[in-house]
Amino acid sequence: MTCLPDKTDRQLGLVIDLDTCVGCHACVVSCKGWNTEHYGAPLSDQDPYGADPSGTFLNRVHSYELRPEDAPAQLVHFPKSCLHCVDAPCVTVCPTGASYKRTEDGIVLVNESDCIGCGLCAWACPYGARELDLAAGVMKKCTLCVDRIYNDNLPPQDRTPACVRTCPAGARHFGDLSDPASEVSQLVAERGGFELMPEQGTAPANRYLPPRPKDRWQDDASVLAPFLEPVAQEPKGFLGWLDRTLEKL
Amino acid sequence: MYPAPSIIAFTTLSGLGFGLLFWLGVDGTPPTGWVALVFFALGLGLAGAGLLASAAHLGRPERALKAFTQWRSSWLSREAWAAAAAMTLMGVYGAALVLWQVDLRLLGWLGALACGGAVFTTAMIYTQLRTVPRWHHWSTPALFLLLALTGGALLSGRVSVAIPLLMLSGLVQGLVWWDGDRRFARSGTTMATATGLTGGDIRAFEPPHTGDNYLLREMVYVVGRKHAAKLRVIAITLMSALPTALLLLPFGHVWAALAVLSHIAGVATARWLFFAQAEHVVGLYYGKR
Repeated sequence: MTCLPDKTDRQLGLVIDLDTCVGCHACVVSCKGWNTEHYGAPLSDQDPYGADPSGTFLNRVHSYELRPEDAPAQLVHFPKSCLHCVDAPCVTVCPTGASYKRTEDGIVLVNESDCIGCGLCAWACPYGARELDLAAGVMKKCTLCVDRIYNDNLPPQDRTPACVRTCPAGARHFGDLSDPASEVSQLVAERGGFELMPEQGTAPANRYLPPRPKDRWQDDASVLAPFLEPVAQEPKGFLGWLDRTLEKL
Repeated sequence: MYPAPSIIAFTTLSGLGFGLLFWLGVDGTPPTGWVALVFFALGLGLAGAGLLASAAHLGRPERALKAFTQWRSSWLSREAWAAAAAMTLMGVYGAALVLWQVDLRLLGWLGALACGGAVFTTAMIYTQLRTVPRWHHWSTPALFLLLALTGGALLSGRVSVAIPLLMLSGLVQGLVWWDGDRRFARSGTTMATATGLTGGDIRAFEPPHTGDNYLLREMVYVVGRKHAAKLRVIAITLMSALPTALLLLPFGHVWAALAVLSHIAGVATARWLFFAQAEHVVGLYYGKR
């Protein structure tokens, strides 16, 4: 049934640190690699080596420029994948029961053999977390690497989502966000982690940690500052004559 | 949103078909015999063609029957049930009129109710989406129902009912456009709430990929909006003004047929705009609307 569970035992999810993310896209590549080879239909590409390449991705990294009025602009890299919402609108719109939210860990999944590829769940998601695979005709989304995190065949350090395991900057954290004592919950509390688009009422599980405030130049930052004033404000001599003459023309 | 021809055909044709079947269902003196056959075949044919067109939109159409299972939570599933119920009830009601000249009144009323339900549930598929502020409003089902009633009245030859309905639906469509243009701003979703970044003006610096993707093609359809203002004038003229003028002429079947064709073309144009002008909030992540 595509009704949402009243309560989940745990709520697994990601905490993404916008301060540490360097925008290397390694998580995008490892996600595509793992999920093409494992759970469900592969993530296909269309015209991958041609003039108009495009493909299915479960994780994409945007970059934004934040421009404060009184400080230099700041570049923020912004990875985005399924946020495994508590009130997932993508699940309730599904007409076939293919989309569901797991009671045991809160992961939102698609049963691909039931999916008719109507695309309504992708419309219902405000975050663009779901993409219809054009080769398979079914909806693809982040599974939180459900085939890694419980996989006894993998060494313990690999039992995390591929994106978390691969992140060279340590910007991605995985854990139970319903447990206030968990590492991820404490990280959220410490750093003021926030939800994306809270006004959409989706109650996302994933949280984002804001970029830390940057250093600013103080007044009289250097004793040499007065000597660093530009010397010639107005051109003199020949250039001054040229400037005045051209001005008159 | 991408104005997929299959979905425009689905909502336009099924709305028209269920509108016609509604008027046949509530008719105190319904047609019988051959005349009934033509009317019911037209109504069921339009509704059926619309539903078939909607199946063309699916990635895996061979599994379409699974869409009947989730009526408890999904408006799309409810739409499947309402459409199937409406077509079955009106099919039996029509067959009795065509074959035995028997008016099963109660069945007619039930069928008409189901036709209204089918159009309403179709509209609710779009209305439920908070992600598309232009659609997330009670006026969406109101306009869908009004247009179905108007088209049905026109197709079933109810001139005296059709004229006021044409004027009313034109007026409501105008109001919906006027208000719809303001709904995204009213929804409160901005690049700031999408990214959570504060303390300055935010600009999309780099998209995730240099090429386009499913999300941009499906939900950030911006190319068709260039001529939106002109298309609105064309749509309202064809769906409302021109048919009204044609019906006010001394009655002739040619004028009536032209009025119907003009109305259908107008509704299809308005439906194209309904999708092409609908901005999904995911566009904000790409710095677009």
